[in-house]
Amino acid sequence: MQEAMIKRAKELLADGTVDRVIGWKRGEFAYDITPAVFTSAEELDSDFVFDDFTAANVSKYLVKETAKDGKILAFLKPCDTYSFNQLVKEHRIDREKVYVIGIPGGPKLDIEKIKAKGITGILGVKNEDYTLKIETLYGEETMPFYEAVLDKCAACKSKKHVAYDELIGEDGDVLESNRFDMVEKLENMTAQERFDFWRGQLSKCIRCNACRNVCPACTCENCVFDNPKSGIDNKAPADSFEENMFHIIRAFHVAGRCTDCGECSRVCPQNIPLHLLNRKFIKDINELYGEYQAGADTTSRAPLTDYTKDDCEPSVVHERGVE
Amino acid sequence: MNSETLIPKIGVVTDIRQDTPDVKTFRVVSPDGGKVFEHMPGQCAMLSVPGVGEAMFSITSSPTNKEFMEFSIKKCGCLTEWLHAMEVGQQIAIRGPYGNAFPVEGDLRGKDLLFIAGGIGLAPLRSVINYVRDNRANYGDVQVIYGSRSKDDLVDYKEIIDEWMADPNIEVDLTIDNPQEGWDGHVGFVPNYVKELAPSTSKTVLVCGPPIMIKFTLAGLKELGFTETQVYTTMELRMKCGVGKCGRCNIGNKYVCKDGPVFRFDQLGELPDEY
Amino acid sequence: MLKISKSRLGELFDAVAAKQTLYIPADREVGAAEYKKYESGMELTKELNTVRSAKDFFFPQTENLADFRLEGKNIEIKDIREECEDFVVFGVRACDARSFTILDKVFLCEPVDSFYKNRRDHGTVVTMACTRPAETCFCQTFGIDPTAPEGDAACFDDGESIFFKANNEKGQAFIDSIASLLEEGDTAKLDEVQAKTKAIMEKLPLAKLSTENFGGDKLSEYFNSDKWGELSEACLGCGTCTFVCPTCQCYDIKDFNTGHGIRRFRCWDSCMYSDFTKMAHGNPRLTQLERFRQRFMHKLVYFPANNNGEFGCVGCGRCLSKCPISMNIIKVMKALEVK
Repeated sequence: MQEAMIKRAKELLADGTVDRVIGWKRGEFAYDITPAVFTSAEELDSDFVFDDFTAANVSKYLVKETAKDGKILAFLKPCDTYSFNQLVKEHRIDREKVYVIGIPGGPKLDIEKIKAKGITGILGVKNEDYTLKIETLYGEETMPFYEAVLDKCAACKSKKHVAYDELIGEDGDVLESNRFDMVEKLENMTAQERFDFWRGQLSKCIRCNACRNVCPACTCENCVFDNPKSGIDNKAPADSFEENMFHIIRAFHVAGRCTDCGECSRVCPQNIPLHLLNRKFIKDINELYGEYQAGADTTSRAPLTDYTKDDCEPSVVHERGVE
Repeated sequence: MNSETLIPKIGVVTDIRQDTPDVKTFRVVSPDGGKVFEHMPGQCAMLSVPGVGEAMFSITSSPTNKEFMEFSIKKCGCLTEWLHAMEVGQQIAIRGPYGNAFPVEGDLRGKDLLFIAGGIGLAPLRSVINYVRDNRANYGDVQVIYGSRSKDDLVDYKEIIDEWMADPNIEVDLTIDNPQEGWDGHVGFVPNYVKELAPSTSKTVLVCGPPIMIKFTLAGLKELGFTETQVYTTMELRMKCGVGKCGRCNIGNKYVCKDGPVFRFDQLGELPDEY
Repeated sequence: MLKISKSRLGELFDAVAAKQTLYIPADREVGAAEYKKYESGMELTKELNTVRSAKDFFFPQTENLADFRLEGKNIEIKDIREECEDFVVFGVRACDARSFTILDKVFLCEPVDSFYKNRRDHGTVVTMACTRPAETCFCQTFGIDPTAPEGDAACFDDGESIFFKANNEKGQAFIDSIASLLEEGDTAKLDEVQAKTKAIMEKLPLAKLSTENFGGDKLSEYFNSDKWGELSEACLGCGTCTFVCPTCQCYDIKDFNTGHGIRRFRCWDSCMYSDFTKMAHGNPRLTQLERFRQRFMHKLVYFPANNNGEFGCVGCGRCLSKCPISMNIIKVMKALEVK
């Protein structure tokens, strides 16, 4: 796949369709891959990589990239195309300035899950028939591929590309995923259990803003949490209330726009399952306003910004809140 | 426990002057009277209103003033808006002094001095000018070139007219950007006025004002034959601690709050261009 | 050398914790360790190191500086500092131990930061030699020997026992306080373990990384390098690297209305943040390139310029593991280096 992508990227650079390419650049180790913009065939040959660790969603970078002159080739996995569409819908990406090639999705690997098995000193990771052969400083280790899959891939919602100019490889379908299982589990907890779960998770937060800054739905020029005039700007929580509120406010802010790309949880250095907050909103929206997938298209009106006579009454919130 | 510079002291505002439409000068003393602390010309203090904010301001009064400190503050953000709205008798939190000072007891002694200021840039230089006037015998010729957008924007205009211009021992040249009714003085930008006046290159220069003014003034001085080692300025960057630890005002290996704010241009030239 | 069998480590922890607060690196969840206040039965993590660094012990993420009460035009300032209680941090790795001496250079130089000093004076750092370094480790680049860690006292694990060595008086006092639990032990096996670790050190993928071409005199070589654009291109502008970094020490000072008055606190800040240098009238670092450059220039050039060549990095590898886009000091050094 990587070879086919590099070949096509070179062609599109050469014929002038695009003047740069956004993809992934190889790192020092097997897994430390960085999103990068390539402008020449030489750069593509030496640094471009597409493998089990190229999980990063590059669609948000297109906000910045399409503000520049010229046209950029973006390789988007199925999940990335949803973020892309949502950004096009919000007029944050100039669609005319992107040439999208849809590429196959994951499942992608989570190096943290490999390390959590006690495997350390990792020098190389090979996938042989869905068994990972891991070369380390302390000898070779093996583990099943599926045990090292990123959470966001384990709950994949779609193998279908919702935006592309061309595809490399086959397009897939929207999947029946199990992604709401954990949300349901949380819903079935008592209020106290649920509060304890979230306090336990959110108290780990170091307010590094990685979740916000990676989030394709968070593209405000000046975030309310950075704006001294908002009265709630803070770099660190002054108390535990604020610690909770940062994530809850953010989840509210992206509700109806979050495509469930899962980047927030993937990048969290403290492993907080932030995507569960967003999924709860998605599940509620589905139940209250009918099935809706943000980013599935670029034209439909989102349930939370559209009024219909069938909308649920505000009292439903009260009723649902009763234990 | 040891004293802690981050914990401020109380200052009482005993006088407020409206200097220009957006600059007020505040007089601050300790609750027991007298100055909250001593300083040297060019040094700064952290002023804060708890719950509103804290920021660094240069001390505009001369250390030779034994009764109080003064701060000339332009209204441009949350804290300064609050300060502009307060009344006499208000207490504020104050800590300092911070930073280095103009070398009034070092390299500047015995020298002919040329002060060049634009707008609120007079505030830090006023401390030096009055210090020099009070220790007049220690310095050579003193010339002040000061300009502002309009006559109304000249900070400390009253003191300039009543005291400096009445002082036969210093020369004061004022200018405003555009012609104005009731102004028969010079009209034009500071950098141009400096070139017109063509001061002697024997002078040591202290310049402060908006970055663009400083840039063109320095260029003009070089045309006149001045070297960077003859010209001092004072800088302003965002600061939080005031003692070179919080990292905010770091440029190269310098911390403006501690190693500055006063720099000679040849020293600035060694730093990355990030200010 | 004095030692205790690993099976009796719990007894030792109990004895220490009976006298003062003890913190040990323990598992928070599978694959992630953090320093926890020791409670009987708690076990040392098997992870090489904690996700967050140990700097919190002396420079916590948030810390109250003073309280203010406002009444009419009057302000009352309350010094809320209290003498810190004695505590022990056990199991600190060599990289983190070195980070304390780097933080000391910032916080203990005049004017001394009394908040930091208070904690430093009352904390005893007991380090633990490494036996299984990870691929992301590069402490040796900065002259750190993970088999002989600094700290007040150092521990060494030979697989069966933990050996103790005092590095200073404070460390000796710590060892004396637990002397009744220790016995004299033979270090033959430990020597073997140490030799093995050293052999691994040489095979680490970053073993050859050198600081030779960095330092205080390299400003002009690197500040205007054309590599910064490419290196910072994907940077999210988050604070992950700075917050997991054991030596990053920039902070902000903020006020918080408690409802009963104003509390002034400081909290970690990041030069990667867009508002770090923002003033009412402008911002000298307008783009992420400049902010990104600042962080690395500070560690590789500015800090050594002010500290006799010592770098502002200890090679702990946290930024390598945690940066959301996998950009880090290693990639910066390799891309930038002018030989």
